[in-house]
Amino acid sequence: MMDWVNVLLQGVLVGGLYAMFAAGLSLIFGVMRLVNIAHGDLIVLAAYVALVVTETLGVGPLTSLVIVVPLMAAIGYALQRLVLNRTLGDDLLPPLLVTFGLSVIIQNGLLELFTADSRKLQAGDIEVATIRLFEGVYVGVLPLLQFTVALLIIAALQFVFYRTALGRAFRATADSQAVAQLMGLDNRHVFALAMALSLAVVAIAGVFLAVRANFDPAIGPARLLFGFEAVIIGGLGSLWGTFAGGVVLGVAQAAGAHLDPGWQILAGHLAFLVILAVRPEGLFPRIRT
Amino acid sequence: MSVRVAFASRSSRIGMALFTVALVVLAAAPFWGGRDDLQILSQIYAYVALASLWNLLAGYAGLVSVGQQAYVGLGAYLLFAFAILAGISPLWAIPLAGIIAAVVAVPVAGLVFRLRGHYFAIGTWIIAEVFRLLASQVSLLGGGSGTSLPASMVIGIASSRQMRDFLEYWIGLALVVAVLALIVLLLRSRYGLALKAIRDSELAATCNGIDVMRTKVLVYIVTALGTAMIGALIFLQKLRISPDAAFSVNDWTAFVIFITVIGGIGRIEGPIIGTIVFFALRRTLADLGTIYLLMLGVVAILVMLTTPKGIWGLIVERFGWQVFPLERTVFLDIGVASHVRQSGKMNESQL
Repeated sequence: MMDWVNVLLQGVLVGGLYAMFAAGLSLIFGVMRLVNIAHGDLIVLAAYVALVVTETLGVGPLTSLVIVVPLMAAIGYALQRLVLNRTLGDDLLPPLLVTFGLSVIIQNGLLELFTADSRKLQAGDIEVATIRLFEGVYVGVLPLLQFTVALLIIAALQFVFYRTALGRAFRATADSQAVAQLMGLDNRHVFALAMALSLAVVAIAGVFLAVRANFDPAIGPARLLFGFEAVIIGGLGSLWGTFAGGVVLGVAQAAGAHLDPGWQILAGHLAFLVILAVRPEGLFPRIRT
Repeated sequence: MSVRVAFASRSSRIGMALFTVALVVLAAAPFWGGRDDLQILSQIYAYVALASLWNLLAGYAGLVSVGQQAYVGLGAYLLFAFAILAGISPLWAIPLAGIIAAVVAVPVAGLVFRLRGHYFAIGTWIIAEVFRLLASQVSLLGGGSGTSLPASMVIGIASSRQMRDFLEYWIGLALVVAVLALIVLLLRSRYGLALKAIRDSELAATCNGIDVMRTKVLVYIVTALGTAMIGALIFLQKLRISPDAAFSVNDWTAFVIFITVIGGIGRIEGPIIGTIVFFALRRTLADLGTIYLLMLGVVAILVMLTTPKGIWGLIVERFGWQVFPLERTVFLDIGVASHVRQSGKMNESQL
């Protein structure tokens, strides 16, 4: 019984990480109807950037965020401005193929620079610190921190989206690009800001991923799929839904892994397919026309 | 007023003549080529077939899948399962694998068709991952590390190794010709017209009485059937299977997409040109390893941004050639011929 409580707790906390993967994806899709296939590889890229920063400056992973987050945001802005903006339009093929090509480029670029060896960021004592909730149930400090950061990210995105001028610009361009432009918004700039924000979240997700477990250049696509599943499970267009989706996915994976280690990822995918079959609009859809 | 529709044009007559000559030469390859030549040609056929099927799906039906490795791997695993568990000859297992994959594609379509556009693409990828993870759970077929085709089964195909090579080569050639013929016939049928209408505007197609969903599902299932048969043959030639190889997104989807985009998406000649370019590049740049893949990604992005219609699209724009008789020319009895261009929209014709 107690081990199931632990399993579920672990699942919920890992769900925070998946919500971080998903938040950036959800944001981009909401603003410009683009699904970034390279999203997972960008998370891994952020992990490697953090690795280089921690190794050259000798700082901890969490401190490295000060450099990794703005750097990834800048990459996002440039990527959108120079490449992805050219692919947007009625045809859905160009953005898909270009981000798919980008995914292959990032993966093989990282492979060339860092080889296929597994790496990990060392965060020191915090990695093994635990808090005892009650007899037999323990929570890791790091997963807890990760979960809290995920909550804060979603809350911050929610605030930006619905309470700021930038969020108004995002929602306006999402509703109608033409009208937004008539109102004096520069869509190319708005889209680039959205991608910068998305990659800022990606940077945080990448650092937590790198502290939590080993990573290598090939693990990006699986992170994309987890993020995507969280978005669909939660329901399109709802940030808190996405967070809930991440938690559902995390719990499904933890339960699967507890039954049989080979079933971890599969259980997550199956949970996603079940939701798709019985409730294709997701758990908490936000109706938007 | 009588109306006659013709498909062939001067360029397609020349094209088909050249294609026939090439087929005869290629069919005779076992008599003029060495073992290496047959191997390279077999790989080329497999990629032409896979890319043509993906092109049908993405270029004509607008279903951009990044999960076709699901059916390559499924076909391959079915072949091994039939051979190892049921003792069925691999030659029979190829069509059987295709049929079963088509049956599996029906419920899969029911799920992934709930996702639209970009989300459909990632949904197909998840299906492929589910297939891969399930395959690695089947301990009778070697689980995660895979298995080999038993020697008795291999010998059962043909007694001598040379005859086996020849037979597998001809099956590969026959399959790619069958795939191309199937696509040409499909595009010439009323389903072809429906597909073109859907590609140009789903709304207009629906208004004209086309059941858009049914047409798309049909294309998805036909593609699954063909892709699984090709997958089965590829791994019959490899003699060894593992989940990671059979469901590889790089080998069976990334390459296939790059081939189609570079050659020309939405045109039947595109995948053929793309495969030739791909193999020519690979021959000269293979030593570069990961850099080669990286460059391929860069080339595909550049092509998509600058010439989205690919190499064959440029040729069509410049010369108006077609190798396969697909372009409808409508003759009215007043003697005026007007073109309904394959690339153009129906309402742009002079009818």
